[in-house]
Amino acid sequence: MSSDIKNSPLRDGDMESRLWEYIDGLSAAGERTVIEQLIQNDKAWKDKYHELLEVHDLLQTSELDAPSMRFTKNVMEEISKYQIAPAAKTYIDKKVIWGIAIFFFTLITTFLVYGFVQIDWSSSSTPGNNTVDKYITQNLDKVDYSRFFNNTYMTVFMMLNVVLGLMLLDRYLAKKRKQFSKEA
Amino acid sequence: MSTGPSDIEIISRVLKGEQSAYAELVNRYQNYVFTLTLRFIKSREDAEEVAQDIFVKAYRSLADFRGASKFSTWLYTIVNTTCITFLRKKKLDIHSLDNEKIFETVQNQDSGFNANQVEQKSKVHMVNSAINMLGADDAEVLTLFYKAEQSLEEISRILGMETNAVKVRLHRARQRLKEKMETSFTEEVRNIYS
Repeated sequence: MSSDIKNSPLRDGDMESRLWEYIDGLSAAGERTVIEQLIQNDKAWKDKYHELLEVHDLLQTSELDAPSMRFTKNVMEEISKYQIAPAAKTYIDKKVIWGIAIFFFTLITTFLVYGFVQIDWSSSSTPGNNTVDKYITQNLDKVDYSRFFNNTYMTVFMMLNVVLGLMLLDRYLAKKRKQFSKEA
Repeated sequence: MSTGPSDIEIISRVLKGEQSAYAELVNRYQNYVFTLTLRFIKSREDAEEVAQDIFVKAYRSLADFRGASKFSTWLYTIVNTTCITFLRKKKLDIHSLDNEKIFETVQNQDSGFNANQVEQKSKVHMVNSAINMLGADDAEVLTLFYKAEQSLEEISRILGMETNAVKVRLHRARQRLKEKMETSFTEEVRNIYS
């Protein structure tokens, strides 16, 4: 098996990547045996192996940088101002996420069903191949959403948004006020 | 990596309200976090500030650490995202893996380390200097693999990419490091190989 590999026209890159995998201990057992044989019997493989091994050893000798002596003290001083935030899963209630998902799903389904119901499926003018686009456009033009998007509904919707926006702003400002009074 | 209580034990003490126990985690990982930060942010002052910020963020989100991975892997994920955010804010270039132009810029910026200057210096200094000449992507993956004791799977989680892509990145980073050492430290490399 090894002679097949030895005789195959392997590019330098293939040799390198296989040798790196071998050095990193990521090669499969069979591959390890093949590479070991190649290193023993083939000079090119042997030289490349020693070259890469040298880089590998050098990389392991590289050193870590150290921050200033006050580093830990600075971090501890900083964290004393904070509290550990509750885990995300405790404040993101799954029911809320499901509620939002159901709301949007229902909304989209309602609009789709409402639209499909208004399309005249039994229309006698069956579409030819080149008139498909025209057929779809004509039918879609007939879909009327004005019942939902009339002035009254839109006004109510916008009013609700304004109220919600004001509530959010109020909460944000209250939080800021609390933060300032704590700092003062 | 360390003796004494495990990371999980320290974390549970911190979560129970023993804030001072966090200092042990900071001591344990500060060099790793600082080195990784320096791979992105070349200024030591900025890097130290960002490293501090990383530990504060980790503290505040400690309740989110569920032990599904090693604490170090989770912490290095924060390092990665915080450094990228910092660079974006500062509008500095993140040295891309495939951007040879940027790679050349880094090479020119740091070429103060010529062969003569480092002739007398140790192998360790040579490797560290060569790593500093690499782009952030390359330097980060090498540091995570060789110094931070992270497996390819763990690095893939930290960087948010496929394990195979990490393998390729690591391979290319080593290749670039080798080239860098051969071009900038010709004499030293010749001595090592001979």
